[in-house]
Amino acid sequence: MSEIILETKGLTKHYGGVHALTDANFKLHKGEHVAIMGDNGAGKSTFVRQITGVELPTRGEIIFDGQQMHFNGPIDAREAGIETVFQTLALADDLDVPDNLFLGREMTKADWLGPFRLLDYKAMRQATLDGLEKTAVKIPNIRNAIRNMSGGQRQCVAIARTATFHSKLTIMDEPTAALGVQETAQVENIVRTLKEAGEPLILVSHNMRQVFDLVDRIIVFRRGHIVANLKKEDTDGQDVVAYITGAKTGAEFEGAA
Amino acid sequence: MADSQHGTGGLVFDKSKRTWPNEINVFAALILIIVIFEALGAMIYGQSFLFDSKDRFDSIFNEQRLKIIILQVSIIGIIALGVTQVIITAGIDLSSGSVVGVTAMIAMSFAQVSEVNGIPNPKAVFGPALMDLPIIVPIVVGLFCGIFAGLINGVMVAYTRIPPFIATLGMMVSARGAAKWWTSGRPVSFPTEEYAAIGSGMMPVIIFVVLAILFHFIMKYTVYGKHTYAIGSNEDAARMSGINVTRHKVLVYTIAGMLAGISAIVLTSKNLTAQSGMGIIYELDAIAMAVIGGVSLAGGRGSIIGTVIGALIFGVIISGFTFLRLDAYYQEMVKGGIIVGAVVLDQWRQQRAAARV
Repeated sequence: MSEIILETKGLTKHYGGVHALTDANFKLHKGEHVAIMGDNGAGKSTFVRQITGVELPTRGEIIFDGQQMHFNGPIDAREAGIETVFQTLALADDLDVPDNLFLGREMTKADWLGPFRLLDYKAMRQATLDGLEKTAVKIPNIRNAIRNMSGGQRQCVAIARTATFHSKLTIMDEPTAALGVQETAQVENIVRTLKEAGEPLILVSHNMRQVFDLVDRIIVFRRGHIVANLKKEDTDGQDVVAYITGAKTGAEFEGAA
Repeated sequence: MADSQHGTGGLVFDKSKRTWPNEINVFAALILIIVIFEALGAMIYGQSFLFDSKDRFDSIFNEQRLKIIILQVSIIGIIALGVTQVIITAGIDLSSGSVVGVTAMIAMSFAQVSEVNGIPNPKAVFGPALMDLPIIVPIVVGLFCGIFAGLINGVMVAYTRIPPFIATLGMMVSARGAAKWWTSGRPVSFPTEEYAAIGSGMMPVIIFVVLAILFHFIMKYTVYGKHTYAIGSNEDAARMSGINVTRHKVLVYTIAGMLAGISAIVLTSKNLTAQSGMGIIYELDAIAMAVIGGVSLAGGRGSIIGTVIGALIFGVIISGFTFLRLDAYYQEMVKGGIIVGAVVLDQWRQQRAAARV
């Protein structure tokens, strides 16, 4: 097996008395695409919030790229190389594509001017074009405000952020939940491009067809526990549904939920 | 269709597909309003509004009226530059008029001469030791007053998270109180010659234009400007992207306060006197200029250029009513209508923008 990019050991999150996530042991290898599935409230989003630094875990370890991490916020995780495409897009509607890609980490000139340092529009535009090319995203005009774009194009911009910054790991939380058929295809194409480029990915999705189309491995969450770790070749839709609903539990996770 | 949406390569950077800048619409509105006044003037009095109609061939325009228009809007226009930035962060500043009042009183107190026509200054606030001071003193004091008020606004808005409307409303009332308290309501007059020079002649216009150019540049080409737009556009996204939203808001309100301070210095210098009632409802005029100029109250949209054109529209309308010899009371009533109308227009623009998506 190739190198491990992300590993969690005994990752646990309690909200008061609610055990949203219990002892999640998870491994992701370099270049691997993994799907996280499970019913609503099974702990998928909680898991993602812990590894992206949005929340602090109650206990457990996160080992990213060989180092134990303590994320104090999403910025920490992003600086470490974990880029997340959230369900609710974190885009500023009135700004254009390069502005959004570089929001909070603008390329600048004359840095001695402090908050009034100058924006290097030219460099950011070029880097944006490179990033879009890498993800094969086609946007009619990158200088258009995000407001004037379709849902798919917006999603693509959010995804292109990850490509522009050479992230080590991309996490997508329900990236196509709000999209139409064509736009979904567009986003799935980008995911395939990332796969070809050898970029690891965690995909949270409810869409069985999409999951079987795009990933190598499926992790199933149920009631805060990981209950299955399935290779795509060894399973099928029926099987995964059985794990999700609780009709089946993986042998190594027996007694977990 | 599907294939034109995705696939490798073929990135387009099409200048012609750039969206139509809103400033052009605002400018068209300015032209339209001028044309309406020209038409009304020709019909009612047989006179031209902005052009020279006295058959003098040495000038094309009615220079007198043009001067009055731009001079009239310059002082409030300086405030509007700051208010524009605040509104772009999806905030509001209702305190600027009162900040002008208190800054006017305090700055003027440090700009007084000790002797007027051989007798001691009858309006003296301080003893002789604090009179006939170099010009830098009242300017620094004035800037400090504005910055201090703006800083309090910013801290209130950013740290306590109370709505900007309430925070700046509090400052509006308190600052007006401070303006009256400073001299128990007595006016402050007789500034030094150097101080009087700041706002004499067309100086207010020059100061306004210089500041407008400066802040246009800052809003468009610096990180400060970009973050201001980002916060107003989607505050959560800005925060998630690592922008220090709290600190940035404090900075924006502080700059707005400073600009109100500058406006007060120019105003008192022009009028050669300071009164505690100075600047009343300037904040609403400034907000109106910004909104007329296309700055959206929802945040994220608008520009300094838009506000400058908005200020000109404001000035042209007021001057137009004078030209049509309408009573000053009507002017005030109409001004209220303009402010509400501008907000209605903004709402309508927002709905249209939402419908497009």
